[in-house]
Amino acid sequence: MPPAAMPTAAMPVAVRFRAAVSLLGRFPALAGVDLDVARGEILLLKGPNGAGKTTLLRACAGLVGIVSGEAEVLGCDLTRDRRAVRRRIGLLGHGTFLYDELTVADNLRFAARAAGRPAADGAAAMERLGLAGRLHDLPVAKLSAGQRRRVALAAVVARRPELWLLDEPHASLDAAGRDLLDAIVREAAAAGATVLLASHELDRADHLATRRATVVGGQVQDGLLAVASPPEREPARVP
Amino acid sequence: MFRDAVLVAGKDLRIEARSRVATNQVLPFAFLVLILFAFALDADRGQLATVAAGLFWVTVLFSGLLAVQRSFALEAGDDARDALRLSGLDGAGIFLGKAGAVAAQLLVLEVLLAAGVVVLYDVDLRGTAFLALICVLATAGIAAAGTVYGAVAAGLRVRETLLPLLFLPVLAPVLLAAARASEAVLGTTSTTMADAWPWVRLLGVFSTIYVAFGVVAFGPLLEEA
Amino acid sequence: MSTIGSRALGWSAAVGLALTAWMALVASPADVLQGDAVRLMYVHVPTAWLAMYLSFGVTTLASVLYLWKRTRRQFWDLVAGSSAEIGVVFIGLTLITGSIWGRPTWGVWWTWDARLTSTAVLFVLYLGYLAIRRVPAEPHVRARRSAIVALAAFVDVPIVHMAVDWWRTLHQEASVLDQRRLGDPQITGVMLFTLLLAVLAFTLLYFWLLVHRYRLARVEEEAEAARLEQALAERRAEGADTAPAAGGAAPEPDVEMTTS
Repeated sequence: MPPAAMPTAAMPVAVRFRAAVSLLGRFPALAGVDLDVARGEILLLKGPNGAGKTTLLRACAGLVGIVSGEAEVLGCDLTRDRRAVRRRIGLLGHGTFLYDELTVADNLRFAARAAGRPAADGAAAMERLGLAGRLHDLPVAKLSAGQRRRVALAAVVARRPELWLLDEPHASLDAAGRDLLDAIVREAAAAGATVLLASHELDRADHLATRRATVVGGQVQDGLLAVASPPEREPARVP
Repeated sequence: MFRDAVLVAGKDLRIEARSRVATNQVLPFAFLVLILFAFALDADRGQLATVAAGLFWVTVLFSGLLAVQRSFALEAGDDARDALRLSGLDGAGIFLGKAGAVAAQLLVLEVLLAAGVVVLYDVDLRGTAFLALICVLATAGIAAAGTVYGAVAAGLRVRETLLPLLFLPVLAPVLLAAARASEAVLGTTSTTMADAWPWVRLLGVFSTIYVAFGVVAFGPLLEEA
Repeated sequence: MSTIGSRALGWSAAVGLALTAWMALVASPADVLQGDAVRLMYVHVPTAWLAMYLSFGVTTLASVLYLWKRTRRQFWDLVAGSSAEIGVVFIGLTLITGSIWGRPTWGVWWTWDARLTSTAVLFVLYLGYLAIRRVPAEPHVRARRSAIVALAAFVDVPIVHMAVDWWRTLHQEASVLDQRRLGDPQITGVMLFTLLLAVLAFTLLYFWLLVHRYRLARVEEEAEAARLEQALAERRAEGADTAPAAGGAAPEPDVEMTTS
């Protein structure tokens, strides 16, 4: 499905990486990443296991140190201060980052308040994800894996981030959950947020995405945006 | 910073209220240690009252170690550092919140343990206000230093053995000062109440230094890999 | 420091130590009270001074310099670690020689006096520092974490001294074994000269050890950097393979996390 407007390098950029290298211990998980993501885009990251998709998402969240190269997310230079960006992003990772002993409601309230949002945002997220019924009072440990994933997603929704980082978001969700996820992602992008999503569920995620890139060997192919060339200036076809 | 601290402390204490690890595991452990000491030192020899203060504080120290380990273990399991960092909360605030929650739990434990010592070791309780001061200052120091080293060890594979190695030597002076001060107040040895003051000052200095150190260093310590 | 410089350092340390050994064992007199046991002082005092003040002082200073942005260089991290290792060895020596000295002099292997006790606590504190340095991590991460732990330990040192000192002054009956009384007042003349010579010789030894331990650490880091270059190349080559390999030799990071 062709996107409405071709993203170009002239548009405001949410993520900008140039030759970024990042280490996990001594292993170079990111071996020179060049990536641009314009605001409002939904970028799909494909690639084999171990390629560095998760590390790239974590790097955008400011969780991973950038050893060399440039890395800028939402205007914050990650090589200087990784903390500044964290309140403005939401990461849906492999672990849930939830507190098992607390209830759904408590977890969401904490997630909202920690991001500087009012507690009501947590409640709203709970509603949106269909967790407000009998589930909301249960400790997270008692939920199934799919339900926990919904709570983790709700925690991201509650924070209202400018940049969404979704790592295999469709995994463990049932069909209704996946539809809900797609709707939420589209709404967020329409409202101006940027979404980076790593997925193996190519059919589903491909419909969602406005752009695709492949991560292999710690680097990103097709990561950069095309230089602007407005359609009017294209050379006329020679008949 | 304080807003974040209150949020984190509230969260930690709420988790404790739900899971009851401190009440169901740490508190019985502390009492068990008291009982084991009585076995080891042969309760009939009549020395228990004299050594009671020292044994009390050793027990508190080990319980503090457990409390700190729990404080970091509850942070989403092995993603301990990630969960805290992703929250976007201020490092100093997280430190004060976590140390505060540990301190609160330790203080409750100390009150109950003191009752245990009075009963099991036949100690006469005197100068309770003074003792309360000693407890507050020593606990602040234990919680602050413990939370700093907890952050160093959090998320590492060797954390269970590394944390005691880091934590216990640093807290040796707190143990010394708290035990000597308590003895002076209780009159179980030949020292008088006035002798307690230099020790109390030392506890105050230690707590202040480590709380300040934690506020500054906790954020950077979390920012590892 | 150049090889010539460090050789000169090494030779002067060797000469100094040889001279000290001769003075300590032969030329200086035995003590009136303690007999020949006092000769241990010529090892015990220098190692104590070296460990407590010089080694750990250097470790602390180097840690501060590493943490301060303006002077942050890997050099300071390697110096801090090297100095701490030497310091721990010397403190061990201090405790052992102190113990051996104590046995014939006071009749006990150990006594809970202020200095010995503080020294023992210091020993364990810096063992903890070395333990944290061993945890595998990316160099900058490990360096910063170790520097912070070094500062936390350093902050504790005066408190330990104060506490243990007060503790022992309260127990006057132990003062008969107070090490301070035993060594110092009798030291004059030849004994004083020998002691100072010993301190000088051991200091030279410390610097020589520091230079070499630093060099070793530097070489280790360079080897790691070279390995990183190779690892980067291997990593990038994954993309070129038609059937992507399973990431080559990926050493397990110490922090537990899942990757995809």
